[in-house]
Amino acid sequence: MLRKLLPAVFAVLIHLPAVAAEAVPASEDPVLEERVMRLGHLLRCLVCQNQTIADSHAELAVDLKNEIRDMMRAGKSDQEIIDFMVARYGDFVLYKPQVKSTTWVLWFGPGILLVLGLGTLFVKLRRRVTQAPSPELSPEQKRQAYSLLEQADGGDGK
Amino acid sequence: MTRFLWPLAIFLALVGFLAVGLNLNPREVPSPLIDKPAPGFSLPVLHRPDTTLSRDDLKGQVWLLNVWASWCVSCRQEHPLLVELAKAGIVPIYGLNYKDERNAGLQWLSEHGDPYTASIIDADGRTGIDYGVYGVPETFVIDKQGVIRHKHIGPITPQALQEKLLPMVRELNAS
Repeated sequence: MLRKLLPAVFAVLIHLPAVAAEAVPASEDPVLEERVMRLGHLLRCLVCQNQTIADSHAELAVDLKNEIRDMMRAGKSDQEIIDFMVARYGDFVLYKPQVKSTTWVLWFGPGILLVLGLGTLFVKLRRRVTQAPSPELSPEQKRQAYSLLEQADGGDGK
Repeated sequence: MTRFLWPLAIFLALVGFLAVGLNLNPREVPSPLIDKPAPGFSLPVLHRPDTTLSRDDLKGQVWLLNVWASWCVSCRQEHPLLVELAKAGIVPIYGLNYKDERNAGLQWLSEHGDPYTASIIDADGRTGIDYGVYGVPETFVIDKQGVIRHKHIGPITPQALQEKLLPMVRELNAS
């Protein structure tokens, strides 16, 4: 009897974590929840650095989402919440870095490099066109060339 | 000749950038709290939960705030160093028992030794958030005026203790 039940027991046990994972305590207010997630997408989870706290299930990310939820319930604006996070975790917490003097290289560096690269390429190509000397042929060579061309035309059976 | 040297120069510059970049620790994010007043707290003491300890109780002395937890594996790594430091009596160490069970924390201290003048309980991690904690263990050096002067992320190494934390404590004690 027990032996027959064992597979069933195991099946239930195996599925328990899946059930537990779905039972995330979300607030009942979908509008608030959406706002939390939208803001969460702008903030970096510092434990798992290439994820936003909206995507992350790290404990700190869950705590920060709770903090955001509480602050929103208390009537704080998105900007106030972002300022709260930056004051504690620094600019790195912003998933999209701010444009300011220390981040200019980050924002504009690639564009400047692209322009410089294209500019260099353009100048080089132009110089090559103007500088390449067209080879002067002697009358003898010209005649040779013409006869070769004629041969080629004739050789095609035209 | 220079047209052959250019690619080499660019390559060497790239190697230089990568060498520096790969040797940086991405986990060490500079804290915006340096030279700012330590965030306030008033939390129950681990050994006597009916009493509380607040930031202002600690003013007038240089102290370390060490964030720890019984579930934190790398806390074990730095712990002997903290115990030794506490024995030397150079600077009081206060523990922030971060998101821990009280009993587990108490047991951990009795097993590994208790270097803390007092540990306070941050069960829900709110004080941790105020201090920008994201990777336990973390250690803050706080001066007599209650200003955070340094933050060490991750387990304290003997080198970090000798070269950074202790000189800082001495300097702050002298001022």
